[in-house]
Amino acid sequence: MARFTILSPTAILGYGFPESSFERGLAHNPDLIAVDAGSADPGPYYLGAGKSFTDRSAVRRDLSLMLGAAVRHGIPLVIGSAGGAGATPHLQWTVDIVKELADELGLAFRLGIVAADVSRHTLLEGLQQHRVKALTSVPPLTADILNETGPMVAQMGVEPIQQALTAGCEVVVAGRAYDPAVFAALPMLQGYDAGLALHLGKILECAAIAASPGSGADCALGILEKDRFILQPLSDSRSFTPTSVAAHTLYEKSDPYILPGPGGHLDLRNISFEDIGHGRVAVSGSSFVPSREYTLKIEGARRVGYRSIAIAGIRDPIMIASISEILDQVRSRVNELHPAGLQQGSLHFHVYGKDGVMGKQEPLRNAPSHELGIVIDAVCPDPQSADTLCSLTRSTLLHFGYAGRIATAGNLAFPFSPSDLRAGEVYEFSVYHLLQTDALSLFPLSILEL
Amino acid sequence: MASLQDIALVVRSKNTSPFTYSLDIMFRAARDYEDFKSRGLIDSALIAELYGIGQDKVLDIIFFDPALAIKICLPREISSGAPGDRDVYGAQQHVPLLLWNFPHASD
Repeated sequence: MARFTILSPTAILGYGFPESSFERGLAHNPDLIAVDAGSADPGPYYLGAGKSFTDRSAVRRDLSLMLGAAVRHGIPLVIGSAGGAGATPHLQWTVDIVKELADELGLAFRLGIVAADVSRHTLLEGLQQHRVKALTSVPPLTADILNETGPMVAQMGVEPIQQALTAGCEVVVAGRAYDPAVFAALPMLQGYDAGLALHLGKILECAAIAASPGSGADCALGILEKDRFILQPLSDSRSFTPTSVAAHTLYEKSDPYILPGPGGHLDLRNISFEDIGHGRVAVSGSSFVPSREYTLKIEGARRVGYRSIAIAGIRDPIMIASISEILDQVRSRVNELHPAGLQQGSLHFHVYGKDGVMGKQEPLRNAPSHELGIVIDAVCPDPQSADTLCSLTRSTLLHFGYAGRIATAGNLAFPFSPSDLRAGEVYEFSVYHLLQTDALSLFPLSILEL
Repeated sequence: MASLQDIALVVRSKNTSPFTYSLDIMFRAARDYEDFKSRGLIDSALIAELYGIGQDKVLDIIFFDPALAIKICLPREISSGAPGDRDVYGAQQHVPLLLWNFPHASD
């Protein structure tokens, strides 16, 4: 019987995995080692600033084990959403680590690098030709937004990765990719069912998170057959169960039955999960429905300013009792002293112990607290203005003579000196849209012989 | 009166995109899931009340039998990581649902 075995070492490249689990995975002679390196979860900063949200030495450690095993055993290795956000700086960061390791470990292989950047011109053209569509709750895209947006990436489907594999690349480092694509590209190329391959990829991209107990830092094995796939744990402490796999199907998705991706959607309305013993679960019934037009998800971030913050504690019960009014008054005072600060920038108070997490939606925001933590959060068009707004707000709040005050020496307990910190550039997601295009033309392949 | 804390296996929130998030409830017992589903206890009016938003803001409520789960999709007020955001991953917005006292079948 035809079987295709995939080893997924970790949920995010750099999150780590036990070597014992990895060795157990290798003992199953996998046909592919694949890993997702990215996510939009950590927010827009990493895409905008060209930085990785994972640590270089942790990524290097994970990659050294994967690269060493893959090249020595002749197993293809595919890495997607390189460097987290998957734009050119992130891709380059990952490729540099791969080159370093190849050199150090004395490995020779053909490396495929697939970029995922999208130019402003491509999106402007798409806008003019009505090929751009906003995703749920995203403001419509305009030429002005595009002009303010920095790096943009498209989430590639399986096709650009298949192109690299067909060109004989033994290791593929891809920019921003649809999470399941790195797992599904090779088996689909060999004729395995797209629905099963992509659904398996959807689960394997989180490695052992879908097991019980779940972990993003442990390996998982997926075995694709003609009409089902099997999930298998690689550590004695975990097992896959129909419930754990079904539960994972809900995770981070707006609809667990219909999962849109590049070029079509996964239809999971007829799936079934079967416990086949030894911690393994067999899944069948997943199908892929190609769409009439090929669309890709585009992500882009724009810089909205620079942040300076101050962190302080408040213990005085008289002050705590009227903290909302006090902060409103401080904001007004700051505005009188320095009108430009609030006209050009924004000032937020995060009041932990009251409603720092949920704001107005906090059901217990009027419950009594004995202590509050406050973060003064100033965002302005340039770093100096952010410093000024933060500093002025901090000093105003520190000495503010609120009604009923009897602690007249200072209102804030600072844990640090300096009290004010620069938190760097601030971005927001400005593009999160679908672009109707084709599967390949946005994703150039370059090949390096290492 | 009881809260979901007493009967649910999972009550959680998480971004489904930088602009939307989802509340997931997974029940321990099929009986409780069926009870909630058949009585229609979770609807857009309830979510609107718990989260202080208009009913039209509730994007979707989906029942997922294989996991004994209910998924509620909501828009984020501020996109993930933009100035004024309070929860970049959207992972701590589940508590109004967790603490909600639901009516017993016999009430």
